[in-house]
Amino acid sequence: MLDLINVSYDTQIPNNVGLSSDKRVLKALEKWHPGYINWWSDLIPQNFQQSLVYLRTAVSVDPKGWAKFDYVKMPEYRWGVLLAPQVEGRTIPCGEHFGEPAWQEVPGEYRNLLKRLIVIQGDTEPASVEQQRFLGLTAPSLYDMRNLFQVNVEEGRHLWAMVYLLHKYFGRDGREEADDLLLRSSGSEEAPRMLGAFNEETPDWLSFFMFTYFTDRDGKMQLESLAQSGFDPLSRTCRFMLTEEAHHMFVGETGVGRTIQKTCEVMQEHGIEDPYDIEKIRSFGVIDLPTIQKKLNLHYTLSLDLFGQEVSTNAANAFNAGIKGRYMEHRIKDDHMLQADTYTVWDFEDGKAVQKEVPALTAINMRLRDDYTRDAQGGVTRWNKIIEKYGVAFEMKLPHESFNRKIGVFAEKLFNPEGQLVSGAEYDAGVTEWLPTHADGDFIQSLMKPCTEPGQYASWIAPPKVGIDNKPGDFEYVKLHMA
Amino acid sequence: MNKPLKQHLIDPEICIRCYTCEMTCPVEAIEHDDNNVVVDAEKCNFCMDCIPVCPTGSIDEWRVVNEPYSLEAQFDWDELPAQEEIETAGGEAETGLEALDDAMAALLAEAHAGAGGKAKAPASASKPTINMYNLSKPAVATVQGNYRLTAEGADTDVRHIILDLGGLPFPVLEGQSVGIIPPGQDAEGKPHLPRLYSVSSPRDGERPNFNNVSLTVKREDRGLCSNYVCDLKKGDKVRLTGPFGATFLLPDDPQARLLMICTGTGSAPMRAFTMRRQRTVGAKSGGMVMFFGARSPDSLPYFGPLNKVPDALLKKHLVFSRVPGQDKEYVQDRMVSEEEEVAEMLADPNTHIYICGLRGMEEGVEKTLTNIAESIGQPWGALRDTMRGEGRYHVETY
Repeated sequence: MLDLINVSYDTQIPNNVGLSSDKRVLKALEKWHPGYINWWSDLIPQNFQQSLVYLRTAVSVDPKGWAKFDYVKMPEYRWGVLLAPQVEGRTIPCGEHFGEPAWQEVPGEYRNLLKRLIVIQGDTEPASVEQQRFLGLTAPSLYDMRNLFQVNVEEGRHLWAMVYLLHKYFGRDGREEADDLLLRSSGSEEAPRMLGAFNEETPDWLSFFMFTYFTDRDGKMQLESLAQSGFDPLSRTCRFMLTEEAHHMFVGETGVGRTIQKTCEVMQEHGIEDPYDIEKIRSFGVIDLPTIQKKLNLHYTLSLDLFGQEVSTNAANAFNAGIKGRYMEHRIKDDHMLQADTYTVWDFEDGKAVQKEVPALTAINMRLRDDYTRDAQGGVTRWNKIIEKYGVAFEMKLPHESFNRKIGVFAEKLFNPEGQLVSGAEYDAGVTEWLPTHADGDFIQSLMKPCTEPGQYASWIAPPKVGIDNKPGDFEYVKLHMA
Repeated sequence: MNKPLKQHLIDPEICIRCYTCEMTCPVEAIEHDDNNVVVDAEKCNFCMDCIPVCPTGSIDEWRVVNEPYSLEAQFDWDELPAQEEIETAGGEAETGLEALDDAMAALLAEAHAGAGGKAKAPASASKPTINMYNLSKPAVATVQGNYRLTAEGADTDVRHIILDLGGLPFPVLEGQSVGIIPPGQDAEGKPHLPRLYSVSSPRDGERPNFNNVSLTVKREDRGLCSNYVCDLKKGDKVRLTGPFGATFLLPDDPQARLLMICTGTGSAPMRAFTMRRQRTVGAKSGGMVMFFGARSPDSLPYFGPLNKVPDALLKKHLVFSRVPGQDKEYVQDRMVSEEEEVAEMLADPNTHIYICGLRGMEEGVEKTLTNIAESIGQPWGALRDTMRGEGRYHVETY
């Protein structure tokens, strides 16, 4: 009997999709495999490749086998193809095919649309590993280093997940797309990654935490809506990826939170009441709250751009075709077709930002972005609770969605973080208070000193409240290879 | 007075509201508002599915309460309330709780998670007593003996420790655990939390009708408590809590058959089971089969005494993974080569399975049981759930 819960190791590629009896796909993946390993080996610095990292690996897709923790050398991590169990009798949850049985094969008329969605999703996965490749060298603790590597190996696995779909369901051009995923490279001149936000290097750990909080959250929202797909293999793949993605959200939220906490601790300890007494605060080796706010402004707005245009016929087509649903589609109580509904979106008319009603079908992107903003606000509220606990008079805020945008109706127009249109002079005067400057970057960079003693943390970040897998505070999360 | 009950809660300061637990929960006991993710005490059936999927560790929180916290109360929390002092009588066993204090309950819940659902005691098991002694009121025992079980020069140091309770009542059943409080304080100046050890002696004492218990303890590199215990000398005083555990217990029914799978010090409860049977049924058929793995004979605890137990009482499969000149063999490998015997036991509704040892053994053993069960046309997941529901499947790993 085919075992669809436990991971099978009878091929080189761990999987729960019966790969050993699917010779064509197995052969194609085995051909792709060495290229992947080369990509990984060239990317991550060698002494980390040899180090033992306390990682979790899934040995099955049911809750029990989902997180097995052990020391692993990253190149020996069991990347594999894991799909959530098939739901008996699942139907297409949205669009004009609503209620029909979910597709187990690619429907011909939507082949190209589907392939494009999978390739875009797949392209972001290796991109983020490329962006973060040098962060291990400046990890503020072994705990954080382990979290970074966990994120990295799981992004690698997400690439596998998408590549499997391409190989299994899209024939020859699917294989070519899969090869191209390894050819493009973040920040490359000739062959950059597909989305802008994935071509910027992640220069420091605060950026990494902000990236995992804000940009990976866009990934989470995309996965959520692909998990609602009428194409069942895509839905099952994304559902399993979401359980892994939650770890990335965790790294981001607690990383920023611990940075804020350490700043507040130091302010309290030295009796600093004014959060804008930046020089004094920085002199104690922590990052002042206004600078953290600036990083937040940057990463939040870059991530908003990833949702595309406010009004989009592509998004409408994908929804209508049942290829991509809305966030928590199954919990939304409407007709799931949106033929007559409207949705409020931002527009720019007569030099002013205005809100207006448009057909809901064309506003799918906006709806997802609004869900994203609500989701992102949760962590910001939590960060403010930390600040409040220390009695510091400061509040983190998500900037208005018109601020610093490159895509959509606000693109290239000058707004301040409150959402007021400003003149060029006003913008120039304010921007150093709104977005991180090169000098801020220099300062943050100066704090990026590696800390590799178990249980020790760099000056600018507090230890976590709970260890990974309930491990004690001085647990050696990475056994560094000393060459 | 209401019986106290154990309530599953989520620490709002650590939770990041990813809702993975909510999506995973098979009975929809978890929900959220804009503020917190919370567990409905009326719905939660302790299946533990939400524990491993949580990326933060915030989900592994338990409180013993007389009145469960309502959803509304939990939505309002900024932080988790501390465990309140709960008045308890001696016989809390009926509540189905493994332990009344938070830390011990969490440890046991984690140890038993490998069973894949809420653990249940065998139908005919005696009613256990739990939490007679706790951190604020520990029992003090005297060390009667400390014997090395593994050969000098073996790569592990496993000890057989005998503790005398003197005149103190300490009713402990085979399969239960006791807590040992290491002396001293942690970095924050608080007393160390007790570490749990399974008793390896039967209920009537290491020596019949002496009020003593034995433990089987392996010295862990840099292990605070295990080094303390392994270095104990005759006459030393030790502070104990417990007993704990209300499910990993021996059926009293003499017809019940036992399939015991263990490694290393996971043999402790198996020793207690075997001795209890031996003392109650004598040399008659005990219906017990054991698969016991160690690296080598000289690092297998109780190797000598075990070999003297007659096969009719206990059929032994001692399996070694590091014997020079031999292929590595693990318990699951031997189970495969003894497939027929295992299959026959799996098919028998009188069979009780016990798995105890390092967490790493779970995966291989479970996979082998899956294959063997399927070879007799029984999907393992369903069989396991049935056995567990009937109190016939028990896992304790660490």
